[in-house]
Amino acid sequence: MSEVRPFEVDIPDQPLDDLRRRIAATRLPPEELVDDSSQGVQLATTEALLSYWGVDYDLRRAQARLNAVPQFLTEIDGLDIHFIHVKSGHEGALPLIVTHGWPGSVIEMLEAIGPLTDPTAHGGAPEDAFDLVVPSLPGYGFSGQPTELGWDAGRVAGAWTELMDRLGYDRYVAPGGDVGAAVTDTLAILAPEGLAGIHLNFLRRPPPEIAAAVFGGAPAPEGLSEEEQSAFVPFARQFRRGYIAEQGQSPQTIGYALTDSPAGLAGWMLDHDTDAYEKISRAFVDGEPSGGLTRDSVLDNITLYWLTGTGASAARIYWEGQNAAAAGPAQTPPEVSLPVAFTVFPGEIFRAPRAWAETVYPNLTYFNEVDRGGHFAAWEEPLLFAAELRSAFRSLR
Amino acid sequence: MTGTTGTATAINPFTIEVSEGELTDLRDRIRATRWPDREVDPSQGVRLETIQALAEYWENEYDWRSFEKRFAALPHFITKIDGVDVHFIHVRSENTGALPLIVTHGWPGSTVEQLKIIDPLTNPTANGAAAGDAFHLVIPSIPGHGFSAKPTETGWDPIRVARAWVVLMERLGYAEYVAQGGDWGNAVTEQMALLKPPGLLGIHTNMPATLSPEISRAVQIGDPAPDGLSEEEQTAYDVLVHFFATGIGYSQEMGNRPQTLYGIADSPVGLAAWMLDHDVASYELIVRAFAGNPGGLSRDDVLDNVTHYWLTNTGISSARLYWESKLAFFEAKGVELPVGVTVFPDELYPAPRSWAERAYPDLIHYNNDFEEGGHFAAWEQPEAFSKEVRDTFRALR
Repeated sequence: MSEVRPFEVDIPDQPLDDLRRRIAATRLPPEELVDDSSQGVQLATTEALLSYWGVDYDLRRAQARLNAVPQFLTEIDGLDIHFIHVKSGHEGALPLIVTHGWPGSVIEMLEAIGPLTDPTAHGGAPEDAFDLVVPSLPGYGFSGQPTELGWDAGRVAGAWTELMDRLGYDRYVAPGGDVGAAVTDTLAILAPEGLAGIHLNFLRRPPPEIAAAVFGGAPAPEGLSEEEQSAFVPFARQFRRGYIAEQGQSPQTIGYALTDSPAGLAGWMLDHDTDAYEKISRAFVDGEPSGGLTRDSVLDNITLYWLTGTGASAARIYWEGQNAAAAGPAQTPPEVSLPVAFTVFPGEIFRAPRAWAETVYPNLTYFNEVDRGGHFAAWEEPLLFAAELRSAFRSLR
Repeated sequence: MTGTTGTATAINPFTIEVSEGELTDLRDRIRATRWPDREVDPSQGVRLETIQALAEYWENEYDWRSFEKRFAALPHFITKIDGVDVHFIHVRSENTGALPLIVTHGWPGSTVEQLKIIDPLTNPTANGAAAGDAFHLVIPSIPGHGFSAKPTETGWDPIRVARAWVVLMERLGYAEYVAQGGDWGNAVTEQMALLKPPGLLGIHTNMPATLSPEISRAVQIGDPAPDGLSEEEQTAYDVLVHFFATGIGYSQEMGNRPQTLYGIADSPVGLAAWMLDHDVASYELIVRAFAGNPGGLSRDDVLDNVTHYWLTNTGISSARLYWESKLAFFEAKGVELPVGVTVFPDELYPAPRSWAERAYPDLIHYNNDFEEGGHFAAWEQPEAFSKEVRDTFRALR
């Protein structure tokens, strides 16, 4: 049961032929009525993406990239968990488990593997090395799809604790953004014995009065500073986006379109946040990628979702989150006493004010704002992301 | 699908044309559907069992041509208003002194919703009513819906649709008329009433917008109910809070990012699921139909409407109405004309008489005494619906 099995991706030809056929047969809607992205993913972007995906893109690219790193499966809490596990060649490397979000996957983290595990080849010092564990969330990628309820961030955090134990790591750290931030925050609340500290690049759990307004749709609390106001507005706007409500309320409903239509899946995944969308759109339409968000790597991620058929199962983690929130009375979680580090990437949905991070995490040991990168920090700026993790966790070694 | 126009204000007959190729393509796509795994909980959206039963019937037994024959036998017209070709059905009563009535559909509805009320309203004596209750019936397709053209510029909100309907009734030579609607049809109809065109005598609604601004705001953020609500008002309040907490994913998405829904243009099953997941009661009614136990809606009813959306590729163009509208959906708008209100028990919320009286100072009819019937009232309960329309407008003849 607790066996760790090596895993390789092996996609037969048939699903690839089928995908190519579906892309070619896409029926498109009429063009949007605006000259910006305010009605959603623009037709020109979708057309450019489909034409690249169906013709020029190597559909085996994602498989090749994944198989270039050591992958494993192990059953935890009744479910197969897929993960990448790269041990550093350096002695005393600090074990680190990094969690991706939605619409991401382990693909987000691939370019950060080298800098984190082999720092001397990427401008770092040997003592900056990490042993790296990159799991796929349940329902994502090559992890199993839960067939029972309850796989919310808390249960995932419990599984990650078991995973690190099973790998023999008795002292480790954990970073995460997006859904990965929710999992990592929960991990810090659980504070398993081996966890030495966490790093976040998204403040998924803001101070209670901010959370009440953002998640409950109430007006902004009074007395916000200018910095807080400029964080609150885009944060609240993001949480009014349809994908959050739809995936939180009816993941199965949108799941049909995501599983049957490559264009439907791609459109849905591109429309996460404005900054990331604009960057991806420029990569496809203007041939100007931003950092790691190249056409190929964006399609690696979408193709992984397509081939694993995980549009619906990935969306369900939002349902689990809303279900957990609706079931339990709103209560303040126990204070996190573990060391917490935070990096603000400027293109993120909102720039978390230091005051908010300090309120939620009294033991804030590191706070830094960098000059580039956005929501998909590790994906967009792997070197910078790795540098931030080195700085964040240096004091915990 | 063609319509020819001559002079700028010409009204031209409209003929439905669907090629065999389009129907073959639809069947091929249904057959090739790639399915997600079964939902983990029935509350996660349209159940796999239901949508697979729908797809099975749609591919193998459903006969669009049979519907098309009945539909095409009605008098269809097209006329250009405010730059857009507007499709409408126009059935004149043979009874002298018939009252002209314009009925507006909602989303995910269409003129298909209104077909069962045509005979009862235009030919009352054959339907157990008096000759004096006859109507001349005008049933338009909202721009972006059905066989109306898809706007190529922004601005087609319910207010602009209402203005177009006033022009349409004038163009048809109706000096005095009444108007009816539910869902978006109510929004349009109330806007017509606010315009107070000289010919409009009054309106009937089966989904009234009766909320005070305070209640409207409170239910959206899930606040506790204000003090002093009657039992009936408390019920309506609770239903609305539940609706906003669990049932608005689709409207959030369409209101913010309609263009992103490429999957409903490309996947018939994606479109069908998206349309089925409108409100819990009508969804359950449809589930029953596909489980072999139909109530007010049959399998064919549902698929006539879904296929009509598919063949016109209007999933996204119809969704744009949500993006366009800046109106608070359930909030009272200050209609001063005579209003009749019918509250069917399974509607999105049961509007109390007290709220209807406050919202509509000239309330000439209110009835909530029904055993069954829901959001698609004309479609589900055409006899009861027709009686309500007759009862409301008798006083205005």
